[in-house]
Amino acid sequence: MNTKNYIRLEFPSQSVNEGFARGAVACFAAQLDPTLEELGDIKTVVSEAVTNCIVHAYPDTLGKVLVKARILEENTLELVIRDWGRGIPDIEKARQPMYTTGGADRSGMGFTIMESFMDSLRVRSAPGKGTTVTLRRKISLRSGRL
Amino acid sequence: MKVLTSFKNGLLVLYFEGELDHHESRDVAQRLERILEEYLPRDCAMDLSGLRFMDSSGIAVILRVYRRMKEMGGRAWVENPGTQPLRVLDASGIDRVVKINVSEGVRS
Repeated sequence: MNTKNYIRLEFPSQSVNEGFARGAVACFAAQLDPTLEELGDIKTVVSEAVTNCIVHAYPDTLGKVLVKARILEENTLELVIRDWGRGIPDIEKARQPMYTTGGADRSGMGFTIMESFMDSLRVRSAPGKGTTVTLRRKISLRSGRL
Repeated sequence: MKVLTSFKNGLLVLYFEGELDHHESRDVAQRLERILEEYLPRDCAMDLSGLRFMDSSGIAVILRVYRRMKEMGGRAWVENPGTQPLRVLDASGIDRVVKINVSEGVRS
């Protein structure tokens, strides 16, 4: 699919950047004229994916996080969240609801929420090399608009 | 995120205000545990009407308060979540464990 517009955000895996990342992506996505609920969903999945990088990819170090947002044809938003961290040994397991390696501070619902809020979710990961999460969501065209 | 409290007749209401994400969650969970120790309430309502954003980190925080209250022999539930926090609560399936009271008109 052709890219109509895009942004790239790169930042170190400091948790203070979670709010910035979801806010910046939401501002970019606003040009698709999403509903408040759609905008909330986009913010939520960015927050989940970036938190995964911070908590799981770089548990004891700071590393680079890259967030790419693209507007594709048919009013579709694509988000790519990438890190160069530890990687996920078992993606199937990581995607299961309530599964977490993060202890009592984490709910294990990150991937479940990403999956239920987006049309598609793809996870690619290699131990020691990093993880790339790709999410797509078609923003509905509202009536009364061309 | 700010937490305001009110306490009357054994019922502690925790008002969550602002945004609750991973960056905030550890500090918030510790503050909430201190508040529970201080009041030792019989019941605890978590009022989310002032919460503008919450992700799955918030689910873990709510579950911690719920479990702590249960350990103390009390009850805990969630009240008045706005649209975005409610979407996250629904997707997580936490309502099978913790009661969620949604009042019409508070939905933002």
